[in-house]
Amino acid sequence: MASVSLHSVSKSFGTHAVIQGVELQIDDGEFVVFVGPSGCGKSTLLRIVAGLVAPTDGVVAIGGDDVTDVPASRRGVAFVFQSYALYPHMSVARNIGFALETLGMAKEAVSQKVLSVARMLKVDHLMDRRPRELSGGQRQRVAIGRALVRQPEIFLFDEPLSNLDSDLRMEMRLEIARLHNDLKTTMIYVTHDQSEAMTLADRIVVLNHGRIEQVGTPQQLYHAPDNRFVAGFIGSPRMNFMGVSSQATAGRIVGAGNLSLALASSDLENPITEIGIRPEGLRLVAEGDGRMVCILERIEDLGHEHFGYCRISDDTVWVIRLPEAPSPDRIGKPVGLDFADAAVFAFAGDGRRIALAGLQKMAAEAPLP
Amino acid sequence: MQNAIAQRAPRKPASFYRLKRRVVRGLQIFALLLVLIYTLFPYYWAFVSSTKQGAALYRSALLPALDFTYYRQLIDNPIFMGSLLNSAYVAVSTTLLSLIIGISAAYALGRIDFPQRRAMLMIVLMISIFPQVVVLSGLFELINWLGLFNRPSALILTYLLSTVPFTTWILTTFIREFPRELEEAAIIDGCSHFRILMKILLPLMGPSLASTGILAFILAWNEFLFALTFTLTDENRTVPVAIGLIAGTSRYEYPFGQIMAASVTVTLPLIAVVLVFQRRIVAGLTAGAVKG
Repeated sequence: MASVSLHSVSKSFGTHAVIQGVELQIDDGEFVVFVGPSGCGKSTLLRIVAGLVAPTDGVVAIGGDDVTDVPASRRGVAFVFQSYALYPHMSVARNIGFALETLGMAKEAVSQKVLSVARMLKVDHLMDRRPRELSGGQRQRVAIGRALVRQPEIFLFDEPLSNLDSDLRMEMRLEIARLHNDLKTTMIYVTHDQSEAMTLADRIVVLNHGRIEQVGTPQQLYHAPDNRFVAGFIGSPRMNFMGVSSQATAGRIVGAGNLSLALASSDLENPITEIGIRPEGLRLVAEGDGRMVCILERIEDLGHEHFGYCRISDDTVWVIRLPEAPSPDRIGKPVGLDFADAAVFAFAGDGRRIALAGLQKMAAEAPLP
Repeated sequence: MQNAIAQRAPRKPASFYRLKRRVVRGLQIFALLLVLIYTLFPYYWAFVSSTKQGAALYRSALLPALDFTYYRQLIDNPIFMGSLLNSAYVAVSTTLLSLIIGISAAYALGRIDFPQRRAMLMIVLMISIFPQVVVLSGLFELINWLGLFNRPSALILTYLLSTVPFTTWILTTFIREFPRELEEAAIIDGCSHFRILMKILLPLMGPSLASTGILAFILAWNEFLFALTFTLTDENRTVPVAIGLIAGTSRYEYPFGQIMAASVTVTLPLIAVVLVFQRRIVAGLTAGAVKG
């Protein structure tokens, strides 16, 4: 077991900077998830930790030792690949034992270790099969087994569940959580699926364009995002955004849908240019009530939850999570939207979140923008 | 719209489509036969001629006479059998060497990043563009310097010049398409480049090795110009040259029958090799075309 620290790590391919000055400290035994949109550099960052990609700049340390120039096989890491990367021409047993075989361990010892790992992952009845004769879930288990057998100090997972169907993905997610619970080994997990991130992680690292946007527990990221990117990325359906104009001198912000909010305090240097409210922060009320008006366009009934789509202006549609399906008569008609002050996230022009304290609804006397 | 539907031609009876299908099928078979005859007739003609004797050779009967005198003569001819052995030695060595060199080069060119990679690939391609005649005199000097003149080894050395470039290119393409994650898994598992090549890549490259190997073998087996230039005496000749130099009993007799018998004989090993590896060749030629 070991901690991992990255110090001003950068990577560029030619002139294209993939990772830019990443600073990160991962504690011993922690489960850290890297999330971000595709192309944000999360897989590259994981490969830098693994030693498969050399950073252009910066220091990678594992367990306090600088390992920047240590080859991948000497870093005590195990890697589970998205495609599983099982050796197609080897049996399951040989796939799992190949690293030990490469180390030159005696055959007896190898097969003993392989067997115990295979039992743990319930693949011991498949030992003589080839990877192509296995189902997706079984391949995944073998891939994890191959990582386990090396008794690594750090587990690295690169989108390991993205090739599985959704049922199996849930099941394997639980198993990975259980594995971490049993082993208490440091794990770094890359995914673009935020439900995996939210459920597995001790801490989540949100990456965008090769930079860390925010590091925090799932709750911190959900309830207190640092900026608009994190706010929009965490949460499903995503947060509703709307551009607003800030009338700082008058101490309020106005936007489409008759929105007009008074600010308790205002910062003239950093005016609020956009607000966001999560779908679960909105309530559907009668027309005339609430703090905004909109037209209910469509309702989606998923059985256990319901989503309403509300048109606020020509180019803005907000999603509301509803406790129960509203009557179909209301579709196409104006409705009111209400929300608590705490549900409003405000963002400055550069995307940073601005803390708000105390909002009040104001009469919509001002002409709408 | 209604008009359009009303004007549609009435559907023809099923028997019409049945007949049509049969006619098309018949035409396809006819076309296939045409192609087969076109490709196989020369070989068949060689076989027919090789079993005819004397004046019968100049009659264009299509049926073989099944007289194997010439074949018996060939087997009893120590020089011809010697050239067969020479050919086998040259072709097998060329194939093995070009595969070994080709795969090492291909791994480097396909996987390991070094700045001169593109230039290297271009140079390799350039070498294979030159017609043999262009390099012939230069090679002749080279062979003389090395003291290899009139030795089968000289042929191996010169054949590598044409086989290594194309084996390298084909294998480079294959290695490039090889999943990178598989190689990364092997790196994490502690493998050196050499071990990755031996334990992971090679076992998975069977088909492409077989197909490139056979191409190299055929090229080396059939080569004539270098073989004629770089060997002097009968006991060092390869088969194509030996056949070309078969002489009749008098200078006015063209030994047509013997030549044909020899040609048929030397084609047999090729056919055997191709048949044995046939499945693998097809797999190799399509490898990487479709993911799967």
